[in-house]
Amino acid sequence: MKLAYELAIENDYITSDMVEVSEYPDLIRKYQVRGVPKTVVNDTVEFVGALPEAEFVAQVLRGVIPAGLENR
Amino acid sequence: MSLLGEKEQVIVSEQFQRLENPVRMIHFTQGLMCDTCPETQRLLEDLASLSDKVTLEVHNFAIEQELAAQFQVARVPATVIQTEKDFGIRLYGLPSGYEFASLLHAILAVSRSATELSEESKTLLRSVTTPTHIQVFVTPT
Repeated sequence: MKLAYELAIENDYITSDMVEVSEYPDLIRKYQVRGVPKTVVNDTVEFVGALPEAEFVAQVLRGVIPAGLENR
Repeated sequence: MSLLGEKEQVIVSEQFQRLENPVRMIHFTQGLMCDTCPETQRLLEDLASLSDKVTLEVHNFAIEQELAAQFQVARVPATVIQTEKDFGIRLYGLPSGYEFASLLHAILAVSRSATELSEESKTLLRSVTTPTHIQVFVTPT
């Protein structure tokens, strides 16, 4: 979770939510949360487990929408 | 009564000595249909009492819907952790156990407006120029 915050501080385009998902059953269903921590980037890339920094950043970058395509 | 024990209060106070810029915790709560709202607010009140640099602003989600929308908050309990600048950091739910440590880290990191990321990560992240929303789902530990 710390990494998600740090990415938000580092880049103004990045926003990070920490969600205690047991309080929100609708989100458990929507994102099919079976293991935690589960990270979802732009509703497209997802992974379960705490990753080292370099891998976490790489996964987040996979979910970034290329400039020019963000409104399509 | 404080939710934090005496030892925890000492530890948090020590960590808060490292705060630089003032931190605002903008909290959205409601009276009904929210089991963890009262406890979450009390925990945040405890934190705010431990440093002059940490302030808590409590808003009623049911009444202040326009403000909640401005902060892109759609559920409660929700807490925005920011300085004068909104970094896009939101906490949903009661941060207990490990997530309480994450909350402290967020407060300290926004206060310093600096991260401990590697130079390599910082370089890679400069390529992000479109809105990117990270959600981390956790459960109480």
